Amino acid sequence: MGTLRGLHLRASVIRAVRAFFEEAGYLEVDTPLRLPSLAPEPHIEPQESGSWFLQTSPELCMKRLLARGYPKIFQLCHCFRKGERGKRHLAEFAMLEWYRAGSDCHDLMAETEQLIRFVARELGMGEAVVYQGQRIELAAPWERLTVAAAFARYAPVSANEALQRGKFDEVLVEQIEPHLGQGRPTFLYDYPAALGSLARLKPGDPTVAERFELYFAGIELANGFSELTDPVEQRRRFVADQAAIRAQGRDPGPMPEKFLDEVSAMPEAAGIALGLDRLVMLFADAATIDQVVAFPPEQL
Amino acid sequence: MYTSSDLRKGIKVSIDGDPYIVTDFEFSKPGKGQALYKCRLKNMITGNAFDRTFRSGDKFEKPDLMERTMQFLYGQGDEFHFMDTRSFEQIVITKAQLGDAINFLIDNMEVDVLLFNDRPIGVTLPNFVNLTVVRADPWVKGDTSGSDTKPVTVETGYVVQVPPFIEEGEKLQIDTRTGQYVTRVKE
Repeated sequence: MGTLRGLHLRASVIRAVRAFFEEAGYLEVDTPLRLPSLAPEPHIEPQESGSWFLQTSPELCMKRLLARGYPKIFQLCHCFRKGERGKRHLAEFAMLEWYRAGSDCHDLMAETEQLIRFVARELGMGEAVVYQGQRIELAAPWERLTVAAAFARYAPVSANEALQRGKFDEVLVEQIEPHLGQGRPTFLYDYPAALGSLARLKPGDPTVAERFELYFAGIELANGFSELTDPVEQRRRFVADQAAIRAQGRDPGPMPEKFLDEVSAMPEAAGIALGLDRLVMLFADAATIDQVVAFPPEQL
Repeated sequence: MYTSSDLRKGIKVSIDGDPYIVTDFEFSKPGKGQALYKCRLKNMITGNAFDRTFRSGDKFEKPDLMERTMQFLYGQGDEFHFMDTRSFEQIVITKAQLGDAINFLIDNMEVDVLLFNDRPIGVTLPNFVNLTVVRADPWVKGDTSGSDTKPVTVETGYVVQVPPFIEEGEKLQIDTRTGQYVTRVKE
């Protein structure tokens, strides 16, 4: 169960996040949690709700708002992913997601630095946090490391070799992640194109996608993209992801056709999803996600 | 049949025909990647432990484990005879299979015997047993060696450290989980 300190800090973090985005000219939005179709993701299993689904992320609704002319939007909401439970996972968790038209993933990395530094200042923590005995300096710029460089530095195989052998996730989790975000936060970026998800390919280098992840003390905190806005490529990826889901014996559910219809109207934009519970864990110096939520599922 | 999403601390699974208990468990999932279930597994027969990471969709057989309450009858050489208190069936467990438990076994004691494919692989003793001291050196008053315990031998042959005032013939309560002296038992 959440500790008193955890829940107080959670409230303060949420207040600071809202203040940051309000000051930066963002519109807070509140999109529906229950949806008839979701972006197909091979490694995320949605929770059914009647014949619809609970959202696994607010991504598609928020992109449809971008396409309708809302250039700077943020949202604080709950997301639902079946079977995810661990020291840092809850099947229902809190997400902070924001989108910015006319920006790319590098602009968003800089803005994420500003956000977290702002929250730390609002909490009275200054230029560093101590997480589980380790001091993490928040002074910009944070470390920026490409996926290829991270594999070269910390793993016995290259990112492409790991990918070909189907071991990318294991190598990342076991050999690379423990080194990331130590002493200062790390942005891991330029993912292999095959792991691009909804990110656009890098202009001038189609072998990598403009996707990044933010790490603190070995913990993944956020995932961001320069967003893919090409409807043909977007459909091609969804079809491939649906096939991957079917190959696992799961039903991928209906294709999100309304999103696909509107994605071509979306401006060039960057977007990021940040695990709010984990951000609170960092500031609360909490070893487990259970300490920063009111009730973990086992206590309901 | 279990799948990887059933894995958690304390669950027992069968791997390559042997029963294993998960002694440590961590769920991880890299962004957009697949779920990974990192386990520390202990072989319930040999005690050997190793780490293995499983992926979603991996499947495991449930080991055929059963626990039965049995009474200790007698030991003969390396063989220790037990009787099921309900069916009166008798079985033999070897000294090696019993491990440290032989230090605390006395006639008629009831224990829980763990069976794997009907083969005994371990016993769980009551947390506390009362054992009689069969050998104790007398407490020398004015002993200035500075030690505040002395070794005594109990009826099973086990040697335990106790306060110096304990004498031969007294009964001691011993914690079977730690092997340590708890208190003197007055009868």
